[in-house]
Amino acid sequence: MLDNSLSYVTDDGRTIGGVVMEMKNITLRFGGVVAIQDISFDIREGEIRAIIGPNGAGKSSMLNVISGFYVPQEGEVLFHGKRRPPMRPYEVARQGIARTFQNIALFEGMSVLDNVMTGRLNYMKTGLFSQALWKGKAEKEETENREVVEKIIDFLEIQHIRKTPVARLPYGLKKRVELARALAAEPKLLLLDEPMAGMNVEEKEDMSRFILDVNDEFGTTIALIEHDMGVVMDLSDRVVVMDYGKKIGDGTPDEVRNNQDVIDAYLGVSHD
Amino acid sequence: MPEQLVFAMEVTLNGLMAGVLYALVALGFVLIYKASGIFNYAQGVMALFAAMTLVGIMQGQVPFAHLINAMFGSHVHHFGWNVPAVLAIAVTVGVMVLLAWLVQVLVMKHLVGQEPIILFMATIGLAYFLEGVADLMWGSEIKTLDVGLPQGINLWIDESTYNIFGYGFFIDNLDIVATVIAALLVAGLVCFAQYTKQGRAMRAVADDHQAALSVGISLNFIWVLVWSVAGFVALVAGIVWGTKSGVQFSLSLIALKALPVLMLGGFTSIPGAIVGGLIIGVGEKLFEFAIGPMVGGATENWFAYVLALIFLVFRPQGLFGEKIIERV
Repeated sequence: MLDNSLSYVTDDGRTIGGVVMEMKNITLRFGGVVAIQDISFDIREGEIRAIIGPNGAGKSSMLNVISGFYVPQEGEVLFHGKRRPPMRPYEVARQGIARTFQNIALFEGMSVLDNVMTGRLNYMKTGLFSQALWKGKAEKEETENREVVEKIIDFLEIQHIRKTPVARLPYGLKKRVELARALAAEPKLLLLDEPMAGMNVEEKEDMSRFILDVNDEFGTTIALIEHDMGVVMDLSDRVVVMDYGKKIGDGTPDEVRNNQDVIDAYLGVSHD
Repeated sequence: MPEQLVFAMEVTLNGLMAGVLYALVALGFVLIYKASGIFNYAQGVMALFAAMTLVGIMQGQVPFAHLINAMFGSHVHHFGWNVPAVLAIAVTVGVMVLLAWLVQVLVMKHLVGQEPIILFMATIGLAYFLEGVADLMWGSEIKTLDVGLPQGINLWIDESTYNIFGYGFFIDNLDIVATVIAALLVAGLVCFAQYTKQGRAMRAVADDHQAALSVGISLNFIWVLVWSVAGFVALVAGIVWGTKSGVQFSLSLIALKALPVLMLGGFTSIPGAIVGGLIIGVGEKLFEFAIGPMVGGATENWFAYVLALIFLVFRPQGLFGEKIIERV
């Protein structure tokens, strides 16, 4: 269960609860390369938690550990206070952890609506035959799922492209559709892998707004990766800073901004 | 009405029916290709295997009888019972699902993320292996398959066309039944793919593995499902073709006829497989009828392949296939 003794209310009136996800001494190696070295941090309910760092710092690897795409050699992952055994990515997803990808992984051949509907797959329980015949319970279920999906589509302002095949959409909209699909699962934890990568300033502002709104409106716990410091500092409640696979900073944006190691990692430092 | 035109009509009708049979085989290919990107060379052998298993079960044959006899010096051949067709078909479906699971667990699971050519090679291996297993299990002699499908000339069509044109069309009842079965099968598959959770998951897996995993779809499960469905389609094709021309090794070669169908219809489209099958069926029969006598006949052997070749040059993605766009 959640330990709510840590909970507090932010300046803008959101409640941050207990620890949802805890990473304990995670080490991940690819052969001789150490991608993540003995990193620990936690994510609390309702917060926006950022993982930042220069390119190659191991941020994406960390996100892949949380979402089950990579299994760390050492360390523990605790979800809702319970140790999580090594899991396949789809099992992690079924536990309520949704994610987006750095290079966008959408179902290109399907419409926007169908893509977002796949986020509801784990909420569909009725049998094969009733679904095929679309009767009774299955119909009710389909309607309920559609309602959730339509709400999210409205929320992210992609109504006008509902029926458009995803392959035809521009980059910025694809990113938004991917966010919509992740949200459709009503996740307990939402992982965003560089949600602003490759966007122009306007698109970045839009995306920032959506991330804040999602967190505010649905109370979704969000962990995101970004290498653009500026964006992250405005967005997140707490920030983990990684460099060469190690954690070099952890705290509020202000704390991190004034951390000497972080400044060195980002600006470079002369070793003389 | 001129006599030639009436003949041409009959030929067209027969061509359409033959086309449905080609489409049946092509469907199995499309299903697996869509969901896993694998061109399953073993599809034809799966049809043969399914048909042999069905006959074996119906006749109460002891599986691996030759092997058992050779090892233990016994003389078992038959259990001594006959299984009704419906029950035998149900058991065969079970066998095909088991086969799908074995293929996934023993072969495909270990090749995830490999190049398509490697997966293709694996299915070639599977084809030869399955062919051997089928022979070992049920014996290699030619068998007749009779699950109660009607056969022979349809008298009603014969009579009514005679009354209209003064010439009775020869349409085989089996072809009519095959058409109905194929139509039901396609309708069922489309409903499955469009409206069920599993169908949606199947389309998702076909599109993007990573994304599918991230929404909680188990790739393993979906692949077993896809191979099972392909096995079922193979069984249907095996029943129809087996009834038509006997259950024998050449049944597995119908897969070769499916190739030009796929090139025409596109490897990724279910409607494409149907339309492609019909075009090839009608095309080869009409070509044989119109041009055949001028070139000494037997054009049916090569017409489909030449047509496919022309398509490869001018429209490589087929009629309904996804257009291949390379962005640079």
